[in-house]
Amino acid sequence: MLYFSPWKIFLILAVVLLGILFSTPNLVPANERFEVRNGEVTSEPRGIWAFPLVPHNSVNLGLDLRGGAHLVFEVDLEEVKEDRLINLAEEASVALRQAPVINVRRPSVVGEEVVVRVARAEDLDAAWDRLQDLSQPVGNNALAQQGGFGAQTVAFTRDDAERIIRLTITPEALDEIQTRTVTQSIEVIRRRIDETGLTEPTIARQGDNRVLVQVPGEANPQRIIDLVNTTARMTFHLVDSTVSIDASGQGRTPPGVVIYPTERPGEPWLAIQRRAMVDGENLTNASATAQNGQPVVQFQFDTAGATAFGRATSQNVGRRFAIVLDDMIISAPTIRSPILGGSGVIEGGFTYESANDLAILLNAGALPASLTPVEQRTVTAGLGQDQIRAGTLAVIVGFAAVIIFMLAAYGVFGIFSNIALLVNVTLILGALSGLQASLTLPGIAGIILTIGMAVDANVLIYERIREEARAGRSPANAIETGYSRALSAILDANITTFIAAAVLFMLGAGPVRGFAVTLGIGIITSVFTAFLLSRFLVAMWFKAFKPQKLGF
Amino acid sequence: MAFGLVSLIPNDAGIPFIRGRVIAFAFSVLMIIGSLTAYAVNGINFGIDFTGGIQMEIDTDGPADLAQIREIAGSLDLGAADVQGFGEADKVLIRLQALEGEGLDVEAAQQQARQTLQTALEEQIPGVTVLAADVLGAKVSGELQIAGLTAVLVALGLMLIYIWFRFEWQYSVGAVLALVHDVIITIGLFAVTQMEFNLSTVAAILTIVGYSMNDTVVVYDRIRENLRKFKKKEIGEVLNLSINDTLSRTILTSFTTLVALFALFAIGGPTLQGFSAAMIFGIVVGTYSSIFVAAPILMITKVNRDSSED
Repeated sequence: MLYFSPWKIFLILAVVLLGILFSTPNLVPANERFEVRNGEVTSEPRGIWAFPLVPHNSVNLGLDLRGGAHLVFEVDLEEVKEDRLINLAEEASVALRQAPVINVRRPSVVGEEVVVRVARAEDLDAAWDRLQDLSQPVGNNALAQQGGFGAQTVAFTRDDAERIIRLTITPEALDEIQTRTVTQSIEVIRRRIDETGLTEPTIARQGDNRVLVQVPGEANPQRIIDLVNTTARMTFHLVDSTVSIDASGQGRTPPGVVIYPTERPGEPWLAIQRRAMVDGENLTNASATAQNGQPVVQFQFDTAGATAFGRATSQNVGRRFAIVLDDMIISAPTIRSPILGGSGVIEGGFTYESANDLAILLNAGALPASLTPVEQRTVTAGLGQDQIRAGTLAVIVGFAAVIIFMLAAYGVFGIFSNIALLVNVTLILGALSGLQASLTLPGIAGIILTIGMAVDANVLIYERIREEARAGRSPANAIETGYSRALSAILDANITTFIAAAVLFMLGAGPVRGFAVTLGIGIITSVFTAFLLSRFLVAMWFKAFKPQKLGF
Repeated sequence: MAFGLVSLIPNDAGIPFIRGRVIAFAFSVLMIIGSLTAYAVNGINFGIDFTGGIQMEIDTDGPADLAQIREIAGSLDLGAADVQGFGEADKVLIRLQALEGEGLDVEAAQQQARQTLQTALEEQIPGVTVLAADVLGAKVSGELQIAGLTAVLVALGLMLIYIWFRFEWQYSVGAVLALVHDVIITIGLFAVTQMEFNLSTVAAILTIVGYSMNDTVVVYDRIRENLRKFKKKEIGEVLNLSINDTLSRTILTSFTTLVALFALFAIGGPTLQGFSAAMIFGIVVGTYSSIFVAAPILMITKVNRDSSED
């Protein structure tokens, strides 16, 4: 335990150096590390920070510690309401077409109602009864369904003279649709903005139909608007190349064919079949990669999507298909061979960033409604400078107390454990800076816990050495046995906690994830510092001084 | 070369911890019942992170003094207020916690809370105007809460399996019971004191779980070792010996952590106070539970003494 092979020494020193390298940007103000344009710090490194492989990012402080961009989006509920009415009209026409068929003029949406005009007056009662099935209790909850007292989703009125039944969506149902739409939007926005789980934004409902988004730091607000602004409904359609289209996008289209704009300058319009071969809902995973040096987005369908896509491509080899994202064709490749595996790539003249953004959007799913930004500002830290200052002071005092205490309790061994502790904090800072995780108050709690555990590891080892020395072992032997016997306790304790951190990271969200990140990093660094670094220091000290007694 | 200047705990203290296990169990059961009762009676005072509330945008003459506004908002007995600077130096965003109740009552109460805050601000800060007020939803959405809860349960399960794998099933039962014990009692603290339960409290509780687990595993490790070393001794005796063997470490570690936390509590300001109070309480409970809950449970579950695992 006291012998270190040269490669191990090299490894220890390399890790410590890397930690120092990654944490130094925290000591230099941002305006000296990044280009400043128009009084604003950009994200382009400058000077020696611009060299490749030189880490230039400092720890990203979270919203509570630093503030950030504040955006409010409005959910377009009118659009959702319209969609709901169109669907209702469709449902009505399906219901009436069931045997025995009731002849009606095609149900249509007029203003805020669906109008059903029955062909023969004697069918009016039958139609009325059948349409009642379209209404469900609001909220689908068991109580409402059993009792039947709850509000219904659809209200009916009839006009016997005109042979008309009018269907309207009840205010209760509208309320429910509104709540659901806003809640779903919030989840989709969260997945889009906090894709890695490290950003820790605040996302909350504001008023009836608005969503508040706060993102830490001077992150480019336009990029956030772009991420939130896209509905990201992706569909795959066959191209109809028989239609000739003029420059303004007009052309004679057969039924079921529509003309869509494309993003390609040489081919501004394409005619495609209205019916989609596959829907974006069947996507399971999308990621940005490079193909022949070009950024592309790779995607994977689920089983149903893969089957549909496989069938469609087998039947149409040699034809083109269009990938449509929010009413815009982003790519229209030719099917060279059937695509049966359910995966493919989208080439669309992307940059690396835009390919990455599209992958994020596809993974996060489509928004249930479109959102428009209505407010955009910067906000200061949620905790307040006074509180942050007090907190920093408290951390420093606490840290100093631990250092003094370890010195008092373990003398020279206390020095080693304190060096290990300082390196530990440096490594955690370096890792957080490198990963660009947001450091929030919960994150700091994670760091405190790991520092506690790191101190604990050293205490465990030193107490064990004491015990072994008391049992009559020679100093070298006591140190050896102390380290090896303390190992199992420390490893078991840290692995157990690491399991918890890993699960919290994978399954948790928001602040739970932030805590898990710092905890996980901290566990790795504290096992390293306690078991390699402090042991290395003790071994060096022992070789240099050859103490005869450990003096308890 | 002196190893250390302080030796806090006499070697081989021989304190009969195990003999006190009945009293300890009774105490723990009482604490748990007390916590659950307090929870049932008082509930938890969830903060704005969980409940949502009102958001108010104000404008001051000249640069706003955020600390003063925070103080005014905090003194009104309306629950915790979030105060943030907002774009320009004289614009401030204040968030107040939602009030309990339902339907129209709560709306009236919210209106009144808003009015109270506005009046207080207008009285104490000359030239203040309220630009906008709006209802704000919870930061922690339902999906987020469920995700967090699932994560914690899965983590507990996997820790249980790991300890089972490394020790014996009796140990994992003990460790998880000790953990549940700590969490229930800490939540009890929040139910009794009605301190605000917010996102940093969640972090504090997760930290306590980590700490308590660490403590328990250290004691268990020594029990495992001593059970193999002293095959002839009675199990209670081995448990007691192991607790005493690790006692100086347990106290040293708890003490260092507590020193750091007390610093945080004393000078960390109001936000950090709740957080550090929860941690201090949890660490005391966690240390107690590894000695008085986790270890004696091995007697009840009759730990296998001929374990050949390492």
